[in-house]
Amino acid sequence: MNTVFKTLAATALAVATTVGAAQADGERYVLVSHAPDSDSWWNTIKNGLALACEQMDVECEYRNPPTGDLADMARIIEQAAASGPDGIITTLADPDVLSGPIRDAVASGIDVIIINSGTPEQARDFGALMYVGQPEYDAGFAAGQRAAGDGIESFLCVNHYIAQPASTQRCQGFADGLGVDLGNQMIDSGQDPSEIQNRVMAYLNANPETEAVLTLGPTSADPTILALDQMGLAGDIYFGTFDLGGDIVGAIRDGVIEWGIDQQPFLQAYLPVIVLTNYHRFGVLPGNNINSGPGFVTADALDLVAELAGEYR
Amino acid sequence: MTDANAAIDERVKETSRLRKALIRPELGAIVGMIAVFVFFFAFAADSGMFNPQGVLNWSTVSAQFMIIAVGACMLMIAGEFDLSVGSMIGFAGMSIALMSVTLHWPVWIAILVTFMLCVSIGALIGYTVVRTGLPSFIVSLAFLFILRGFTIFFPQVIERRTIIGGISDVAEGDWLAPVFGGKVGGWIFDWLAEIGMIATFSRGTREGQPIVDGIPMLIVWALLLVAVAHVVLTRTTFGNWVFASGGDAQAARYVGVPVSRVKILMFMFTAFCATVFATCQVMEFGSAGADRGLLKEFEAIIAVVIGGALLTGGYGSVIGAALGALIFGVVQQGLFFAGVESSLFRVFLGVILLFAVILNTYIRRIITGEN
Repeated sequence: MNTVFKTLAATALAVATTVGAAQADGERYVLVSHAPDSDSWWNTIKNGLALACEQMDVECEYRNPPTGDLADMARIIEQAAASGPDGIITTLADPDVLSGPIRDAVASGIDVIIINSGTPEQARDFGALMYVGQPEYDAGFAAGQRAAGDGIESFLCVNHYIAQPASTQRCQGFADGLGVDLGNQMIDSGQDPSEIQNRVMAYLNANPETEAVLTLGPTSADPTILALDQMGLAGDIYFGTFDLGGDIVGAIRDGVIEWGIDQQPFLQAYLPVIVLTNYHRFGVLPGNNINSGPGFVTADALDLVAELAGEYR
Repeated sequence: MTDANAAIDERVKETSRLRKALIRPELGAIVGMIAVFVFFFAFAADSGMFNPQGVLNWSTVSAQFMIIAVGACMLMIAGEFDLSVGSMIGFAGMSIALMSVTLHWPVWIAILVTFMLCVSIGALIGYTVVRTGLPSFIVSLAFLFILRGFTIFFPQVIERRTIIGGISDVAEGDWLAPVFGGKVGGWIFDWLAEIGMIATFSRGTREGQPIVDGIPMLIVWALLLVAVAHVVLTRTTFGNWVFASGGDAQAARYVGVPVSRVKILMFMFTAFCATVFATCQVMEFGSAGADRGLLKEFEAIIAVVIGGALLTGGYGSVIGAALGALIFGVVQQGLFFAGVESSLFRVFLGVILLFAVILNTYIRRIITGEN
């Protein structure tokens, strides 16, 4: 029993120091994302949040459901609201699940900014201050038009997070931008790198006439790069991807990836903190939603991106 | 041990009160729960964790764990595992969504058919385990993948989506939906808000209404399941059969316990609990998603183990499992309130689990007298 208490005391001490350090003066904001722990892309969001909070001298917390279960995310938003922060910054992965908790938070006097997923219309409907992000369907559509301009007529969409409607919208937008039917051109790749790699290879072997590959982020792009390398298709097949990461930037430089769509997640975490803090301190608020993307990153002027990929880009 | 004791029949041997208290399966969980509450009172008292909203938050999360822990606990006492609980939650939710939204069936029919379907799948898992004699670990692991696969496949083929929404609209006016997604005791909270005991919304369409407007049926279900399961397990013949089946299946068969039937029934009960969880979730949030319930099977098992059940079966308590679920829920949400980095939650979870298992091992040694 003695050891039990000793360990408890030690943990208590550890928590006490963490809490103590966080209790600076100023406003407190909580950012809630829908990303599972395994999704490395969100590191940029975390860094953007940390930087903005340091610069504005406010207290910030990052929360996410460990497995990406959206029902758990609803509980986290409820929890965040109960802890009485000045503002909540949240993604809107599923309006059905999250509308209740978000509306309740707004009604109890907490200012909410919707980032990343969701739409400006939903943000307005829920009483959020604004929407900061990249409308998913529009971004997919723009990418599809770009690919159509390059003469593409068929593609494979590697969807590593199929349970999230936004990811399907990207594929759908791309298909519509190309002017083709999505049909069976989207595969559920799962999250495991070697699984993704094998499924991409299997699809491309079964459908050798596929002209383009679209991946939805580093999770699916990195294994796809390996798959194309192994099949000798790297640089041959038209390859576009959403989001950036270390390997993606390298592949863009090598000419394996044509373009990467940067929704600039850094801004999605950074700007809401700046907006909220200034709103709470001086009552000033930009008059519109903020589109953080899409920006197409190509092989030109890649150095800054390469240097900061995975950290701030 | 004195010589006098040795002469008496083992079954009527006197045990000291202290020793009796020490070998209760709930002991570890009770100590743990007190420690957890003292801990959070000390470090998160002013964070909103113990205001009505905060209490409701961790109670709801604990109730979620409790519902699946009750099923997992009974099954574990009967000597089996079910790893398909999380997938069953996703499957049941999706089944209700597809039947009610896509097929336009009345919601109460969708719910009842889903219950029948899921409990039958539970029976199938149980039957497979009993007939083949394979470890339930493997059989239910297979169903973890089978059910999750269907949960992604069906909505994608039928609706081209993996999240089916709009259940709130079709559930409007349904008689069965509020039993899972409703709230009770609203008038108490209205009254509490009136006398200023709880805060009210300060703006929007719900201005002036209390921030907490009722106890979710989820919590009622959790308490109900715990109560029923506890009574069945400790006060009925069937409860003894459950212990016997898990303790020593062969010995139980010799004295006439229908071990196979008991085990299959426990698998069905686990599936039932998972379906209750899923139905409450779907009715509350109004949508079903293919990723719902991921890893919930382990959370259920963790709650049960914290609650003092032995992984080998034949020993445990529903009250312990419920307390384990409470500890789990309070720690999970409490760490958020205390402002601890959320990635550290898993560290705490691991530490607590390890503690619980070590404690349980000592308890088992005391009971069995092995060294």
